[in-house]
Amino acid sequence: MDTNALKNYLLRTADDQLIIAHRHSEWTGFGPLLEEDIAFSSIAQDKLGHAQALYNIAHEHCALPNADTLAFRRNEKDFLCCQFVELPNGEYDFSLIRHFLFDAAEYFRFSALSESTFEPLAKLAVKIRGEIKYHLYHGRTWVVQLGANGTDESRVRMQTALNYAWPFALGMFEQMATDSLLETSEVIVSEEILKKQWLEFVKGVFDEAGLKIPENSTPVFGGRGGFHTEYLQPLLSEMTEVIDIDPSAEW
Amino acid sequence: MDPEIPTLSLMDMGIVTDIELAPDNKVTVTMTPTFVGCPAIDVMRADVETAIRKIGFDDVVVNVNFDTPWNTNRLTERGKAALLKHGLAPPEKYEYELELDVLEFTKCPQCGSKNTELKSPFGPTLCRSLHYCHDCLQAFEGFKPV
Repeated sequence: MDTNALKNYLLRTADDQLIIAHRHSEWTGFGPLLEEDIAFSSIAQDKLGHAQALYNIAHEHCALPNADTLAFRRNEKDFLCCQFVELPNGEYDFSLIRHFLFDAAEYFRFSALSESTFEPLAKLAVKIRGEIKYHLYHGRTWVVQLGANGTDESRVRMQTALNYAWPFALGMFEQMATDSLLETSEVIVSEEILKKQWLEFVKGVFDEAGLKIPENSTPVFGGRGGFHTEYLQPLLSEMTEVIDIDPSAEW
Repeated sequence: MDPEIPTLSLMDMGIVTDIELAPDNKVTVTMTPTFVGCPAIDVMRADVETAIRKIGFDDVVVNVNFDTPWNTNRLTERGKAALLKHGLAPPEKYEYELELDVLEFTKCPQCGSKNTELKSPFGPTLCRSLHYCHDCLQAFEGFKPV
């Protein structure tokens, strides 16, 4: 197996979890209702756990620093998350649409990874997939609730959020040149295959919710290569605020 | 005991997946967390170490991994009874693939009715969900099937 290819895949997958976890955690104390406050906070906690476990595999198998160092001591350019996860939360409608689109993709990603020939990743993926089921269940319920079962205002808000989110969501499936090495050895499945499964699924839910997928969108790529929006650096600065005071402190 | 559900032992919860006793009396315990991001796992790992030292085995190693992933089918019958005693609806056993629709009809731990409604799949800890019983008109928590 190609270690560089694996390193890239593990880091970008873990970085997605870490950054979306941070965004979701920003709802703690601010949710539109208590249950949603708790839901976003819980999903954030799960995602943080997923990030940590993926960094641990990268640390053990790719000679990378430990999870804390990977999460808190890297420069913005070294993060390989897609730009979708770094966008600010905005209003609840956008956060919800993003959460749904992201977790639908994650569901198919970790389902595929649970059959990876790289055993540590396969074992972790089985576990993560079971948790994502809950995330997706939550996202899907609310998308339909605020779409087909909602009011005129909620439908317009959801559609507007979806229109804005869509090109970024397509950017989740940015293929890297090294991926083919992992695909041939069946460590991962290609972004193209995941995107196809994802499209079919989200289309079904949006049909049910009475929402329309924007046509002719150009995917926003760049994140996997370290090119980010203006929003990532402020997020990282906030996330590392405490450790920056004394990086050598023992916890 | 589970730090967050004091009526439930770690064995009954099914998170201890292996115990080995070597001829030189070295004990190796393998545990797996309920949820990947469970913040209680370090406390539980330390508790297991202490408990094994207390019964006279000084050489203890506790590993945490996902070799045998935890799911709610690993809960013992005694474990489920302990959850109920703590006021939490125990998860029902499932075969093959778990469908989350079961959450809509969780049995109320207070009155036993299935005329209940899922309020949120996320509760005060990662492993609990929020429900409401239309018969005894009480809110309750469930231990999420995973």
